[in-house]
Amino acid sequence: MDDALLNILRTLVLSATPLVIAALGETITERAGVINLSLDGSLSLTAMVAFGVAFATGNILVGILAAMLVGAVIALIIAVASIELRLDQVAVGFVLTLLAADMSQFWGVPYAGKPTAGMTAAYLPLPLLKDLPIVGRVFFDHNILVYVSYALVFGIWFWLFSTRPGLAHRAIGERPAAAFARGTPVNRLRYIYTIVGGSLVGLAGASYSVGVNPGWATPPPMQGDGWIALAIVIFGGWHPFRVVLGAYLFAGLRALAGAIQSSDIAVPVTLLNTIPWLLMIFTLLLVSGGVIERLLRILPRGMQNRARNFLRSDPPVALGTRFDGEQR
Amino acid sequence: MKRTATNLFFLALPLLLGVIVVAILIVLVVPPNTTLGDVLQAFWNGAFRNLRRFSGVLVFWIPLTLVGIGLVITFRAGLWNIGVEGQMTLGGLFAAGLAFMLGEGSPLVIIPLCIFGAMLGGALWASVAAFLKVRFGVSEIFSGVALNAIANQITLQLIAGPWKPGDSDKAQYSRPVPDAARLLGVSQDFNVSVVGLVVTIVAVVLVLLVLARTRWGLNLKAVGKNPRSALLLGVPTTITAFSALMVCGALAGIAGSQRILFTYGDVRGQFAGGIGFLGLLVVLLISARGVWVPLIAFLFAIMLNGGTQLQFLNLDSSLTGVLQGALVLAVLLANGLRDRLRKPKQAKG
Repeated sequence: MDDALLNILRTLVLSATPLVIAALGETITERAGVINLSLDGSLSLTAMVAFGVAFATGNILVGILAAMLVGAVIALIIAVASIELRLDQVAVGFVLTLLAADMSQFWGVPYAGKPTAGMTAAYLPLPLLKDLPIVGRVFFDHNILVYVSYALVFGIWFWLFSTRPGLAHRAIGERPAAAFARGTPVNRLRYIYTIVGGSLVGLAGASYSVGVNPGWATPPPMQGDGWIALAIVIFGGWHPFRVVLGAYLFAGLRALAGAIQSSDIAVPVTLLNTIPWLLMIFTLLLVSGGVIERLLRILPRGMQNRARNFLRSDPPVALGTRFDGEQR
Repeated sequence: MKRTATNLFFLALPLLLGVIVVAILIVLVVPPNTTLGDVLQAFWNGAFRNLRRFSGVLVFWIPLTLVGIGLVITFRAGLWNIGVEGQMTLGGLFAAGLAFMLGEGSPLVIIPLCIFGAMLGGALWASVAAFLKVRFGVSEIFSGVALNAIANQITLQLIAGPWKPGDSDKAQYSRPVPDAARLLGVSQDFNVSVVGLVVTIVAVVLVLLVLARTRWGLNLKAVGKNPRSALLLGVPTTITAFSALMVCGALAGIAGSQRILFTYGDVRGQFAGGIGFLGLLVVLLISARGVWVPLIAFLFAIMLNGGTQLQFLNLDSSLTGVLQGALVLAVLLANGLRDRLRKPKQAKG
C-alpha cells in the first residue's frame, strides 16, 4: 500500500473521532429514551470552551474537563425539562442548539484565531501496535483522544449488551413501564445517561478544538456536524459498532472530497460540500422501512434476511416519550 | 373576573421570568464599564431613535412574520419544519432567477411574477421534505437540516456561476437584481416596502382565517394532535401534512424574496440570515398561537435591529442571538413549571 493512501486513511480515522464520540454519546442518551437534539450547538460551544479554557489555563486536560462539564449541563437542562417539566424534548433541544451556537460565537470572540501551538492533546503512537503493517499507521499513530474513541466504542458495546445495568439501560428506552415494574428507577437512570451522553458530546467538542482541528474560529468550523452525528445514530441503528461505521463513512466521504478538491479534477466545491448532506438524506432513506424491503428483493432469497437484519434500524420504542409511572 | 385576572397573570408570568433572565444575562456579560442601561439604550436607539431605524425594524419584521405565520401551520400539523430556512433561500433564488430572466419591464408585471415564483420555489423545496416524510417516514427535522445546507450551496454555486457579476470570479454577491424587480421603500427615511407590508398583513389575516374557519384548518389540528385517530376519522392525513409543509414553504419563499428584492438587491451567501430559525423560536415562544406572531416577531425584530448598535459598546452582535435564545428557553421552562404547579391543584378542586 502506498504512503499517500495510508495517509488518507490515517486522516480519515483522525477526523472521524469527534463524530464517533458525539454519536456514541447520543447513542447512550437515546438508548435511555431521551433525545438530545442540541448536538450541533453543543459541539460548537464545548469546542470553544475546551480551547478557551485550555488557552487561558495552559492545561489541555482542564479544557477538556470544562467542555465535558458544559456538555453535561446542557444535557441536564434537557433532562430536567423533559422529566420534571414534561416539555417536548425536541423543542428544548432545538432552542438549546441555537442558544449554544450563539453563545460559542459571543464568548468565543477573545479566542478566535489565537495561536494553537501546543494546544493539542498528547500525540502518542502506541508502542508495538504502531509497528503493525498498515493497521499500525492508520489506527495506532494518533493523539490520545482517538484511542479514547476506540475505548468508548468497545466499552459502550460491552456495557449495553453484556452487563446487567446495560440491560436496564436498554429497558428504560424500550419498555420503561416494564423496567419500572422490575424495580428500575427509570427517571433517575434517564438523568444519569442523559448527563453521561452530554458529557461525551462535550468530549467530542473538545476533540475538535484541542484535537483534530486545534483552535477556534467564527463561524464555528464544526457547524453542521452535530446534525450529521444525530443522523449517524439513526443510521447506526443505535448500535455502537454500526454508529462507528457510519461516522467513518461520513468522514471518509469528506476525506475523499478534500482529496478531490486538492487534485486537478475540476469539480465545483459547492457540489463536494453538498455530498455529505445528500448522503445524510440517502442513509435515512435507506434505513426507513419501505426502501429496504424494495432493495432486498434484488438480492437472492438466502441473503435477504441477513441483509435485512444488518440494515434494519429500529429506534428505542420509548424514544422521546416521557415516563410518568413514578408519580404517586 | 378574578379567574381571568389569575389566568392572565399565569400567562404573563413566564414571559416576565424570561425578561428577568435576559436582564440578568446582560448584567453578567457586559464589560465592567457598561451597564444594563447602556445595553437597553443601545437596543432602544437601534430600534426607535428615528424613523429610519424604525424602518429597519419593520424590514426584519416582514420576513420574520411571514415565516412565523407559516410555521404556525406546520406546528399545528405536528411537524418540525426546520427546513424553513432553506425554503426561504429557494424562494429568494426563484425570485432572483425570474428577475434576471425577465430583465427590464413593467414592475407591475414583474414584481408579482417574482413573488409568485418565490412561493413556488419555497413550496417546491418544502415538498422534498414533505415527500420524504409522508412516503418514506424520513424525519422532517433531518431532511430539513440537510436541505438547508444544500440550498446554501446552490446559492453559492449560482453566485460563482451564472449570476456572477461581470468583472469578478470570486464575488461575494451576484450581480444586482434588475431595477424592475426591486421593491422600493416609501421614502429615504421610511425605507420600508409597501408591497412587503401589505403582503405580510394579508398573509397573516388569511392564515388566521383559514386555520380558524376551514375544514383544512381543523384537519391540521387533528393530524397534529393524533395522526392515527385522525386517519381513522377520515382525515386525509398524508395530503394534510404535505400541504401544510407546502403552504409554509410558499410563505417562507415570499420571506426569502423580500431579502433579495428589497433588503439586499442581490443574491449573497446565507441571505436568509437565520430568520427561518428565528421564526421557529418565535412560534415556540407563543406555543404556536397564530395571533401572537406579529407581536412577538416585532419584539424579535427590535432586538435584531437594535443588535446592530451593540458594536458601539464593543459587544459582538451574536449577543442578540444569545438573548433571544435565553428568552425562549426561559419562557419554555417557566411554562412547563407553571403547568406542573397548576395541574395538581386543578385536579383537586
